[in-house]
Amino acid sequence: MSKRTIVPFGPQHPVLPEPIHLDLVLEDEKVVEAIPSIGFVHRGLEKLVEKKEFTEYVYVAERICGICSFMHGMGYCQAVENIMGIKIPERAEYLRTLWAELSRIHSHLLWLGLLADAFGFESLFMHCWKLREQILDVFESTTGGRVIFSVCKIGGVRKDIDQDTLKGIVAVIDKMQKELKELTDVFIEDYSVKHRLVGVGVLTKQEAHEVGAVGPMMRASGINQDMRKLGYAAYKYLDFEPVVENDGDCYARTLVRIREIYQSMDLIRQCAAKMPEGEIEEKFKGMPSGERFERLEQPRGEVIYYVKANGTKFLDRVRVRTPTFTNVPALLKILQGCDLADVPMMVLTIDPCISCTER
Amino acid sequence: MVDKQTIIEVKVDELVDKAVLMKGQGYRLVQISCTYKENFEITYSFDKDYELVHYRIHVERDEEILSISQIFFSAFIYENELKDLFGVKIKDIAIDYEGGLYRVAKKAPFAPQNKEEEEAKHV
Repeated sequence: MSKRTIVPFGPQHPVLPEPIHLDLVLEDEKVVEAIPSIGFVHRGLEKLVEKKEFTEYVYVAERICGICSFMHGMGYCQAVENIMGIKIPERAEYLRTLWAELSRIHSHLLWLGLLADAFGFESLFMHCWKLREQILDVFESTTGGRVIFSVCKIGGVRKDIDQDTLKGIVAVIDKMQKELKELTDVFIEDYSVKHRLVGVGVLTKQEAHEVGAVGPMMRASGINQDMRKLGYAAYKYLDFEPVVENDGDCYARTLVRIREIYQSMDLIRQCAAKMPEGEIEEKFKGMPSGERFERLEQPRGEVIYYVKANGTKFLDRVRVRTPTFTNVPALLKILQGCDLADVPMMVLTIDPCISCTER
Repeated sequence: MVDKQTIIEVKVDELVDKAVLMKGQGYRLVQISCTYKENFEITYSFDKDYELVHYRIHVERDEEILSISQIFFSAFIYENELKDLFGVKIKDIAIDYEGGLYRVAKKAPFAPQNKEEEEAKHV
């Protein structure tokens, strides 16, 4: 047996946009074990629910993460609405879906940029983030915010989107799709990109199931599951199928996210075409009492909002089980036996969001 | 599709058997969560074909429970979290951080561990 060496990876590392730490146990250049630790940006946001009224906690939920902030607010609102039996107007469901899918595009483009940066393709990184700016501009014009929107509230949404703006969003998406094709062709076809991704960090279908992987990580390993199929918000009115790849490697995970961007664009067009006129908010009275596990599909995978209410304005418990936290065991699985040089690729292809993980 | 969910209360010593049952039936471990009121209310959630099944146990503060990470490896991360945040006593975790999953200055567990600590926190 070769001599074992422990190499610390993170919390500061060129490929890590946020801090996570891994102790990598190496035999020569091979990783035999990886031990993760977190807590560098732990904020205790779940605990804060004891001091915020249930209507105010939406703002806290949105601040769990800056990338999927809208979907955090939406998940929390859905959980409380289900406990209270509030049926939000159909237009509000469509608006939530529209912003959620825009968030998915912006998140996946951000990730593609980070991936390009990680394998040293600087210009590709810049092009990805340049495209992403157009989505942030849409957010700004429709919600007033580029990162935190604060448009989701219990009972519906705060802002409406008029018909002209909706047409404008579809026009932006149509224009973006052409530019995106040029970019994604590089990710899919380029020799040097494939060299870094194909066959690296393979997670088989069986392993993905056993370690409880979620989101693109799971679907890239051949498991056909996407929480949007539960039919929350307006997804029950839309036509789509989960994006699935079978190879389970870093390349397959990249392909899933690329195809999901195109899928989100299609869902946005469907939303714009089918969105009915009407109210955007349902007024409600009373306090929530009961509990609910609410599941949504965030860009990184299934998120669970557990809300337990006691009939007062303060909730007993909010627990957010985020996709990155769940994908950590899957990361450990793929790291076993890999080369040290491939570790950054593997860490990145779970699309780690440490803000979500730390809560 | 309706998000079908069932919460089943079980005794502490039945939990491992239930986890084995879930594994055998092809369920995926989705999450483990904890709420503290008079005791720890711990919920284990499993998914198969979009159907969520929750097993719930009630654990006293000084009671020790068995880890299910030997059955579902991914349980180790949730169980370490329960140890760090709430101080739930869990033995035989596949990777046991002994209260060090969260690298923060404050020593785990973060939640008050007795009546005096609880009262001191509310002053």
